[in-house]
Amino acid sequence: MSKTLFSDDHEYVKIEGNGGDGDTATVGITDYAQNALGDVVYVELPKIGAKVAKGEQAGVVESVKSASEVYAPVSGEIVAVNAALEGDPAVVNQDPLGQGWFYKVKISNQNELEELKDEAAYGAYVQGL
Amino acid sequence: MPNAAHHRPAAEPPLLKTPLWELHKQLGGKMVPFAGYDMPVQYDGMGVLKEHLHTRKHAGLFDVSHMGQAVLTGAEDPALALETIVPGSMTGLEPEKMRYTLLLNDKGGIIDDLMVTRWDDKTLFLVVNAACKDNDFAYIQKTIGKDVQLEYLADRALLALQGPAAEKVLSRLFPLAAAMKFMTSAKVVYEGAELYLSRSGYTGEDGFEISVPAPMAERFAKQLLAFEEVKPIGLGARDSLRLEAGLCLYGHELDETITPVEANLKWVIQKRRREQGGFCGAEKILAQLKDGPSKLRVGIKPEGKAPVREGTEIFSPAGKKIGVITSGGFGPSVDHPVAMGYVESAFAGEGAELQVMLRGTARPCTVAALPFIAPNYKRD
Repeated sequence: MSKTLFSDDHEYVKIEGNGGDGDTATVGITDYAQNALGDVVYVELPKIGAKVAKGEQAGVVESVKSASEVYAPVSGEIVAVNAALEGDPAVVNQDPLGQGWFYKVKISNQNELEELKDEAAYGAYVQGL
Repeated sequence: MPNAAHHRPAAEPPLLKTPLWELHKQLGGKMVPFAGYDMPVQYDGMGVLKEHLHTRKHAGLFDVSHMGQAVLTGAEDPALALETIVPGSMTGLEPEKMRYTLLLNDKGGIIDDLMVTRWDDKTLFLVVNAACKDNDFAYIQKTIGKDVQLEYLADRALLALQGPAAEKVLSRLFPLAAAMKFMTSAKVVYEGAELYLSRSGYTGEDGFEISVPAPMAERFAKQLLAFEEVKPIGLGARDSLRLEAGLCLYGHELDETITPVEANLKWVIQKRRREQGGFCGAEKILAQLKDGPSKLRVGIKPEGKAPVREGTEIFSPAGKKIGVITSGGFGPSVDHPVAMGYVESAFAGEGAELQVMLRGTARPCTVAALPFIAPNYKRD
């Protein structure tokens, strides 16, 4: 079972398993975010083993013109990063929710997931921006 | 994450629109506020990267109508008066030739950078920056207004057609365009109205700028866009193109505290003017020419792939702060990050190995020759 949740800062969290503590989630930026940023030329990812807290900066994504922080949508330990982005950052534009993922995190506080939006709520939120 | 919504305080005046505003919307322009105007930063289906590369390979059409166009006339040559507030030789400018120069304050600081074209022995045509134009025109009026008349051409659009195919495209409409050299101008008639062409630009490519009466600007732009070589290009690519070309952007590399010598623009001060002075701030500027400035604008090439943005501090190998980045981004044509900044003169030599502090980590960078790309100007 898997589901995808979204933050107000335009990160997504794709949860594998039930989303309990210790389950793994994949984090990246949404289609809305990649579109707003424009052509991505560089992504700075966290280090494997690092612990990130929800709301803290977990990386940076840069387009030709500007840099934007990526905030951790959930707390936990980084267990994998998408090294392919180093050679081909444009994949973030082409397939943000698939090949363009940023990192995988071992969820440390499942209660945080309740503060994220489901796809319908995020869609409505983006419509209002 | 990206702050896509551009919120402006309600107290600000509404954004101005250029004569091509409707066309930008039709073409899918993503509009952003810039220098008080609602301007396209990029177009749907293209984006900064593709627009940049298209301009270097074919031709790009830019709306630069937000810039200020003005005519300076006088009972005698207005260049005499203008030379008191710019360091370049204006009286030495021959008809149809143009020069890049700098409007100076009395401390030798740069009020704006501008293009001056001589139309005839009593008339000069000026193009100044959008964000500076009101201030520039007031300053010119205040300083030399008793000797010259300044007429602001508010009813004209300005387009830039840039890229290796620009000559081929524009000469289909105006055959004489093919014979023009870099930094020369010509007047042509289009649908009964006068257009001002110049072989110049802000991309490092060959190209033209074309001043068009506002009412026919959209029709003219559409005619250029109908050629398959030409795509509309937004402000995003305009910035990345000029940065690769090592060209200054006012408010970034240039401001009222920076002199032409510090800005590494001493080439704008011709020999006669170095010998004679007679312009605002000449004492300071001529001393800097003789002794060298304490800081200098340089190109910076960051090592690796991470762009280094404006405001990033620059350090010597020993860790002493020696400068700051004034423009930085990614260079799509060179495929690596590119930047410009000011460093203490002792560290300004090409190839100097320095460091930038990026998000708390020191990263290596080198002082690079400008421009980052080989320019493609039609000099002869």
